[in-house]
Amino acid sequence: MKFLCVDCDKQMAFEERQLPGDGTLAATFKCPKCGRVVAMLTNPMETQLVSSLGVEIGGRTVPAQPLETVRKMVATGREDAFEEGGEPRGHAAGTNGAPTWSADAQERLSRVPNFVRGMVKRIYADYAKERGIAEITPAVMDTARAELGLEGM
Amino acid sequence: MASIRTYHELTNADRSGLPEQIGAQRKRVAERLAGVGRVIAVMSGKGGVGKSYVTAHLARALARSKRSVGVLDADLNGPTIPRLLGIDHAPLPMSQSGIEPATGADGVRCISMAMLIEDGAPLAFKGPTAESFVWRGAMEAAALRELLGDVIWGPLDTLLLDLPPGMQRYIELCDILGAPPAVLTVTIPTAESRDAVRRAMRAAVDRGSALLGVVENMTGQGFEGTAGDDLAREFAVPILARIPWHPTPDTWSELGARL
Repeated sequence: MKFLCVDCDKQMAFEERQLPGDGTLAATFKCPKCGRVVAMLTNPMETQLVSSLGVEIGGRTVPAQPLETVRKMVATGREDAFEEGGEPRGHAAGTNGAPTWSADAQERLSRVPNFVRGMVKRIYADYAKERGIAEITPAVMDTARAELGLEGM
Repeated sequence: MASIRTYHELTNADRSGLPEQIGAQRKRVAERLAGVGRVIAVMSGKGGVGKSYVTAHLARALARSKRSVGVLDADLNGPTIPRLLGIDHAPLPMSQSGIEPATGADGVRCISMAMLIEDGAPLAFKGPTAESFVWRGAMEAAALRELLGDVIWGPLDTLLLDLPPGMQRYIELCDILGAPPAVLTVTIPTAESRDAVRRAMRAAVDRGSALLGVVENMTGQGFEGTAGDDLAREFAVPILARIPWHPTPDTWSELGARL
């Protein structure tokens, strides 16, 4: 899907993606010549169809995780499906420059279903590490979720 | 109104990079399967002919003959391979590089949706329930792609894919692999099975798959017919085995040797 500014005959460029949390998606596109911005709004079914392709509108914000679609989208995943291990270097709290987790953040993470928890933890840790954030707090999680489009995490 | 340029005439780089994201997915599958000698889809257009049973025992026979074998249970909605391979549930080791498959009887490596979803629960996805048929197929295809590309199979002589009845999963598989897999067809002797399996074999030929042969299952009593012979003749392929109701280990070893 592409957007064309008819007046300028210019291909509009992707600007921003928002996931309001109700299953819909908003993506804005801007004309590089006249600056006109349009928003593409998808309904939950259309958003789901994009998710099912395992792609992200606006480009990937975090690297693809193993079994990412299965872990994010399967509703009947078993709690003991995975034994998380072999974390990438630095994921142990406070070691190798990796961020630590505040007690509140740990408590919030513990409420994430185990089926997807390891992946969520890794994404938040990578987000914090890339930005030099020393401690992951619920506020950091909220910011990351909004920036990365981690709806439901 | 002036003529509007078409999609293909808009050539600026797309920040979403959707084609690149799809390409990366396919590359991941290709890299993961680079160490697999051959991929064989076990299929049939007919349900209830024993595809999973044949797949599991063929895998075990190949493993007993010192070949490294994996089975991907591609029947996402009715997975049975773990039970057939005697695999009790245990958490699967997961790391950033992927997930380790389970190991079953005779050392056969295996991944199945049965290992990932709750016992007795259907494979259900999060998302809107209205018109779910629109996206459910794509979601299952994504799950299949991840089971191919995110499982650390390691070097394998053979990866068997146990497909559900029908053609949908086979078509998804062709798209994900980028090339049609070799196909082993299972039928029972009846004319009804023959007619359904014929359609599946025709579709596989149309897609470019190599037909390895026909396994006629449940022979000797109960079912009458000549499906195996008919299909073998029509498609000029061998009958690799006729499996009786009570096969012996030799039955499977002979099938493995002919494959």
